[in-house]
Amino acid sequence: MLVIKNLHASIDGAPILRGINLEVKAGEVHAIMGPNGSGKSTLASVLAGREEYEVTEGEVLFKGKDLLALAPEERAREGVFLAFQYPVEIPGVSTTNFLRTAVNQVREYRGLNPLDAVKFLSVMKEKMKLVEIDQKLMSRSLNEGFSGGEKKRNEIFQMAMLEPTLSILDETDSGLDIDALRIVSNGVNQLKSSETATIVVTHYQRLLDYIVPDFVHVLFNGRIVKSGTKDLALDLEEKGYDWIKEEVKAASV
Amino acid sequence: MTTLTKNKISELILNQAPSFNSFPQLREKGRTITLGNGLPASKDEEYKFTSISKKLEQTLDNFSLSKKTVLDLNLIQSHLFEGFDGDLLVFNNGNYEKSLSSVNQTGIEVSSLNDSMPVSLGTIAKTEKDPFISLNNIYFEDGIFIKVKKNHKIDKPVFFLFFNKANQGQVISPRILIEVEENAEVSFLENTISLDESPYLCNVVTEIKVGQNAHVHYNRHQSENRNSIVVNNFETDIHRDATFTSVVISLSGDMVRNNLTLNLLDSGCEGNMYGLYLLNGKTHVDNHTNVDHTKPHSESNELYKGILADNSRGVFNGKIFVRQDAQKTNAFQQNNNILLSDDATVNTKPQLEIWADDVKCSHGCTTGQLDEEALFYLRARGLSKDQAKGMLLFAFAGEVLEHVSDESFKKYLTDIVQERLGSNF
Ligand SMILES: Nc1ncnc2c1ncn2[C@@H]1O[C@H](COP(=O)(O)OP(=O)(O)OP(=O)(O)O)[C@@H](O)[C@H]1O
Ligand SMILES: [Mg+2]
Repeated sequence: MLVIKNLHASIDGAPILRGINLEVKAGEVHAIMGPNGSGKSTLASVLAGREEYEVTEGEVLFKGKDLLALAPEERAREGVFLAFQYPVEIPGVSTTNFLRTAVNQVREYRGLNPLDAVKFLSVMKEKMKLVEIDQKLMSRSLNEGFSGGEKKRNEIFQMAMLEPTLSILDETDSGLDIDALRIVSNGVNQLKSSETATIVVTHYQRLLDYIVPDFVHVLFNGRIVKSGTKDLALDLEEKGYDWIKEEVKAASV
Repeated sequence: MTTLTKNKISELILNQAPSFNSFPQLREKGRTITLGNGLPASKDEEYKFTSISKKLEQTLDNFSLSKKTVLDLNLIQSHLFEGFDGDLLVFNNGNYEKSLSSVNQTGIEVSSLNDSMPVSLGTIAKTEKDPFISLNNIYFEDGIFIKVKKNHKIDKPVFFLFFNKANQGQVISPRILIEVEENAEVSFLENTISLDESPYLCNVVTEIKVGQNAHVHYNRHQSENRNSIVVNNFETDIHRDATFTSVVISLSGDMVRNNLTLNLLDSGCEGNMYGLYLLNGKTHVDNHTNVDHTKPHSESNELYKGILADNSRGVFNGKIFVRQDAQKTNAFQQNNNILLSDDATVNTKPQLEIWADDVKCSHGCTTGQLDEEALFYLRARGLSKDQAKGMLLFAFAGEVLEHVSDESFKKYLTDIVQERLGSNF
């Protein structure tokens, strides 16, 4: 589904990603971990199409298409979804209106009829249950004044509405209490299928207890320096990143 | 081309301005002041960013009063907005067209100024306050006097529909006087249609008395042709416990100058000023507002927002005056601008003069670009760039539009704004 080959990206001339290689197949869950500032959000942003980042080398294929050639909205319509680490607040834009426009854009692209207001609301109700998000939030401006947890839930709710094939969750678990974490993870798990894939960026093993990864990767200094099974995450939980940093150092001498 | 120095403008007035017998004192005063001071020079602090004399000099060559043009019911019909239901006042190059208007609601009396000769004309918008009031004093031929009777709630809006088109003269000079008596309530709408693209100066003076405990809403849509020069002096006297709300939506024109003055004359007054300007091309819109708190316990709220593209220019000058007597005043002012082009400019200036010590006063202004983070967020959910931009800009503009008091007029304006904010700014 997703093939990343030797991806390099920089911002304002400063290289951040320095040769990422990753393949994600349908039905798989990949966890990306790594110390602060290692480039995890950058990778997620580059995949979603944020324009500040300049891709200097490498390629990304999504369902066989050159992903990097597409505008952010085209990627979304193709089925890429990024749950932001820090969702922005957008005053004056109602969550419901915005989502309806988004859903219908995506549907149109996929050759489906637009949902009328009634149908849209019923789909919305159903998906709201999935992440137990409060109806009241839907009539407010997008993310405006939402708590950290509410913002994260809203991301997963939007994901449920847009039915992506590749979901990238950037620290969706950070700042969630245990109950919220369980709810959000349940939502993600229910949306998983053999046709979809998920990349979860996280610092914490506790998320991976709920969303069990097939592969765990460690990103450090803009490269994936170690990959393994879910056991790798347990090791990291126990030992931190220092031993990996040491390994990297040793290898580069 | 002539240069409109003090002497030249005097000459022009002597040579080209009309001469009317009605309201002799006002005319005389206008003439004296205009002859003495001329039109604003670039040194004039009040017109620092708006070189209107220069603009007039470059644009117009005939300072005679424009004659009436031909209007008919079909034309008028075609310029009513969808869902319009209310009283209609039609103006033909500044002159009230009684035969094309319709006023049916009880509690409202409409007459021409020349018929009713109200003595209060010129007592709210005083001649010496602005050079264009003086000029209007000289030029207006007839005008309209509206009285809203005591204790009447006028349910349907009163719609001013101005038709402008230079005709053997390029000056149009509407004059409006409104008296809303005690406990009355009324909502006014205003729209101006340019019948062609030729340049003119439309120099309006509107005076409103808002009587004790009366509530008045005035919604104005400015969208005149791209060669028009528009000056609007709008002044209200607001009496005890009365409320006045102004909404001004400016969408086109060559140069537009709005002087909006709210005199809160007593306690319990509330004055609200909302403005939205969407500017493109070389349009220049200058909003000068002035709210004068004179007695304790009054409140004013002000929000002006602008979106500027191309080489357009916006000026906002908001004066809040709180007199020594006016303790417990609440005054809020906000001006926010989004620049869509590097060549667009905004000059914004709050001007606070506060002589009382126990007041709550806040003001702020921002000028920036569209929020890139928000734009990316929306696009990452599948919205096209234009859709995302439109949605963000509309969210910005919507805060002003929501104050339009008539639902159909609001819909009409919202549709225009939305269309502009789509792909077609
Ligand atoms: N807009 C930017 N301008 C300059 N530097 C940036 C920008 N965005 C990211 N960086 C830098 O790129 C590096 C990688 O940042 P990134 O946000 O991808 O890290 P991360 O792995 O997601 O970290 P965290 O775990 O803290 O979320 C950091 O050093 C960061 O400071
Ligand atoms: Mg990050």
